[in-house]
Amino acid sequence: MSGLVMPKPDDATLRRRTEIVADMRIIVPGEGVVDATNEMRAFESDGLTAYRQLPLVVVLPETVAQVSRVLKYCNDRNIRVVPRGSGTSLSGGALPVEDAVLLVMSRFNRILAIDYPDRVVVAQPGVTNLGITTAVEQEGFYYAPDPSSQIACSIGGNVAENSGGVHCLKYGLTANNVLGIEMVLMNGEVVRLGGNHLDSEGYDLLGVMTGSEGLLGVVTEVTVRILKKPETARALLIGFPTSEQGGQCVADIIGAGIIPGGMEMMDRPAIHAAEDFVHAGYPLDVEALLIVELDGPGVEVDHLIGLVEAIAYKNGSTTCRISQSEQERLSFWAGRKAAFPAVGRISPDYYCMDGTIPRKELPRVLAGMRELSEKYGLGVANVFHAGDGNLHPLILYDANVPGELDKAESFGADILRLCVKVGGVLTGEHGVGVEKRDLMPEMFNQIDLDQQMRVKCAFDPNHLLNPGKVFPQLRRCAELGRMHVHRGQVAFQDIPRF
Amino acid sequence: MTTFTPTSSTEALSTVQWAAAEESPLETVGHGSKRGIGRPQQSEHMLDLSKLAGVTLYEPAELVLSAKAGTPLSEIERLLAHNGQQLAFEPMDYGPLLGGAPGKGTIGGVLAANLSGPRRLKAGAARDHILGINAVAGRGEAFKSGGRVVKNVTGYDLSKLMANSWGTLAVFTDVTFKVLPAAETEVTLAIRGLLDDAAVAAMALALGSSAEVSSAAHLPERIAARVAGGSLGADAATLLRVEGFGPSVAYRIEALKTLLKNAGPLQEIAGEASYAVWHDVRDCAPFADGTEKPVWRVSMAPSQAHQMVLTLRMQIGVSAFYDWQGGLVWLRMEEGDPEAGLLRGLIRKHGGGHATLVRAAPSHRAAVSVFEPQAPHLAALSARLKAEFDPKAILNPGRMA
Repeated sequence: MSGLVMPKPDDATLRRRTEIVADMRIIVPGEGVVDATNEMRAFESDGLTAYRQLPLVVVLPETVAQVSRVLKYCNDRNIRVVPRGSGTSLSGGALPVEDAVLLVMSRFNRILAIDYPDRVVVAQPGVTNLGITTAVEQEGFYYAPDPSSQIACSIGGNVAENSGGVHCLKYGLTANNVLGIEMVLMNGEVVRLGGNHLDSEGYDLLGVMTGSEGLLGVVTEVTVRILKKPETARALLIGFPTSEQGGQCVADIIGAGIIPGGMEMMDRPAIHAAEDFVHAGYPLDVEALLIVELDGPGVEVDHLIGLVEAIAYKNGSTTCRISQSEQERLSFWAGRKAAFPAVGRISPDYYCMDGTIPRKELPRVLAGMRELSEKYGLGVANVFHAGDGNLHPLILYDANVPGELDKAESFGADILRLCVKVGGVLTGEHGVGVEKRDLMPEMFNQIDLDQQMRVKCAFDPNHLLNPGKVFPQLRRCAELGRMHVHRGQVAFQDIPRF
Repeated sequence: MTTFTPTSSTEALSTVQWAAAEESPLETVGHGSKRGIGRPQQSEHMLDLSKLAGVTLYEPAELVLSAKAGTPLSEIERLLAHNGQQLAFEPMDYGPLLGGAPGKGTIGGVLAANLSGPRRLKAGAARDHILGINAVAGRGEAFKSGGRVVKNVTGYDLSKLMANSWGTLAVFTDVTFKVLPAAETEVTLAIRGLLDDAAVAAMALALGSSAEVSSAAHLPERIAARVAGGSLGADAATLLRVEGFGPSVAYRIEALKTLLKNAGPLQEIAGEASYAVWHDVRDCAPFADGTEKPVWRVSMAPSQAHQMVLTLRMQIGVSAFYDWQGGLVWLRMEEGDPEAGLLRGLIRKHGGGHATLVRAAPSHRAAVSVFEPQAPHLAALSARLKAEFDPKAILNPGRMA
């Protein structure tokens, strides 16, 4: 592990491990408690495999009552808890902590209700993202957010991370597609937010829970909105001599009032890696390749394809192919979808970043990345959710070369600093986790972070849930609660009545 | 009573700091267009944000707009319309319903009340479009959350937390919203003469098709006459709005006509006439009658709401119409009593949801919970959040109680 510092383990908890494991077996009988080192190995990291840590014990509850009892037990004894869904986080959100119970929700794997008239599905949190679509597709419905890990990632994890995907430009993120959750607080209390109706009666706690990275509560049930599948989808594959032209084409498409179902861009290194891998027929003489997917009724898709083709031509496209069949549409996507493994073939390791930038800054950020690439002596390939400005630079390195992982991490941090500098953010969809935790001050000052931590204090005042994630340093809630204004000592006693 | 009228975020900060130090409650207002919602206030001082105004960033190609919190919504909507764009969540105007003038309200108030309109069904509410805020917490600290880009999971989404907080957690100084292209064409298909249950079935059928219906409302008999200057006539009207590019709208309207060919008499309403109908549905025009008769805004599962209303009607006199495929009920209590206990009990029996008493005489608003009371653990959690952001309870104290 590189320079990541996690909260100091609590010796008392480590010493009581045998007793804690025995108590967990009482709360979760059967095979729901895993404490053998070799069996716990399966849980020692998530999708961010550079970091590994064995937990204190792995607990796989089956009922909400068990989740509640585990959390209350731990809360009463000051034991830390790390929740985990499918473990596909790319930011270390589900990375175990040495003195923490790892609470794995994978046995919550049932669809509880499908309501077609109201277009909602109620699912347990361990159901996979794709599992929801699978459950309703025979009726022609689907669940819109489609993170690339959708075959494996859980809907509970999607809530924790506010997951996006290729189609979120048009259909929104998890936060826009979840209507309600049931969750358990660290003190064991079970709370329901929302339901099968719209909007909150009070504060939008559902909004703040979505994307809270497992630090506020453990989700035990999720109600999502499903949509009818569009009648058709077709895609354009457009090549440009420069990334500026590709970027301008994206801006012009949106400027024409068109919000495509998906709009993805790849740079030259990513195009070449993908083409070598899947032979999708990508042009190799372009600097930027744009995939624009339009979905809806056939008549609408045909109409928009004509408009997009004209916009591409106006922006100097050198190739423009329009899918004539479902097979061809899928072939356009094959390279993009295989971009990560394709890059994995040309480099022993790669490190995937996730900044978002205002789209117009793309040329500047790509140029900056080229400079950084030279500075660090590491290659970088870019795939880009062009419609919403979410960049995924893949930094190429070799973990077996001493120092290269550290170099890749520094390179990545510099890229994210650049994103923030141009008006963007550290993470678009992968989450802060442990990976970007120490970069949070690049975007937020201490007062900004304090407000976020106060939310944490309202949910989990002892900081026991998913410790060491998101916040660079935790301040004690008692300290955060103090007011730093004192009557008679403030400079604004004689406040101007403006 | 003193009214503070800050013209900068620094002045807003020092006002809140002063009030926190003095433990002196502030009623925060923009234009005051929604002052009639919530428990009546008895704050010593008023914080008027209407001079903290102006659009600070608008980049149409980036689909983003930032404005100071007191910027008039009408100014923002004009600017967007000039560029062929809109706030897709279609924030309603409470003015006429509450006996005020139309066209008032600030962009900060849009977030504080989590406004939306008929397009809520497809496009979401203010909460779904807010990208970032600058605000002053009740404890007197200026902070920011979010940013100006759509894809952002950096830290907790405090901007969403502020949606529907009615000025009780923080005073917004700047807000940034996602904006979207306005639809090129809009056509509404009306099915005439349906009773509530048939209307709800028709709306579910339409929303379950791939016609991408963006709004679905049902105006029962006589209520239909109270929108768009009476142009619909008095027969019940079940309204399905289809928006987009011309050829696509035409195709989808035809698809709906085929789908609903036996539902009832069909009528197409296009262009200005369609805008006028949805504008009035949005603003609850049928109940904008200049009275203080109690009006509830109820959110439930679309398939359940009309059944709740049917049971309610057996016990008391109410007028009702539906938006959001039937899931949003506007209820006017004809006998003058809010009947909060009865209504909320029935909502719970019909699958749950929430009811907000958006119009009532001050005496009723003082006696009845205007906002749906929460279950004990959830209420305690909300109270802890309030205490974290506003420990001295100086921001609109009691408004949401």
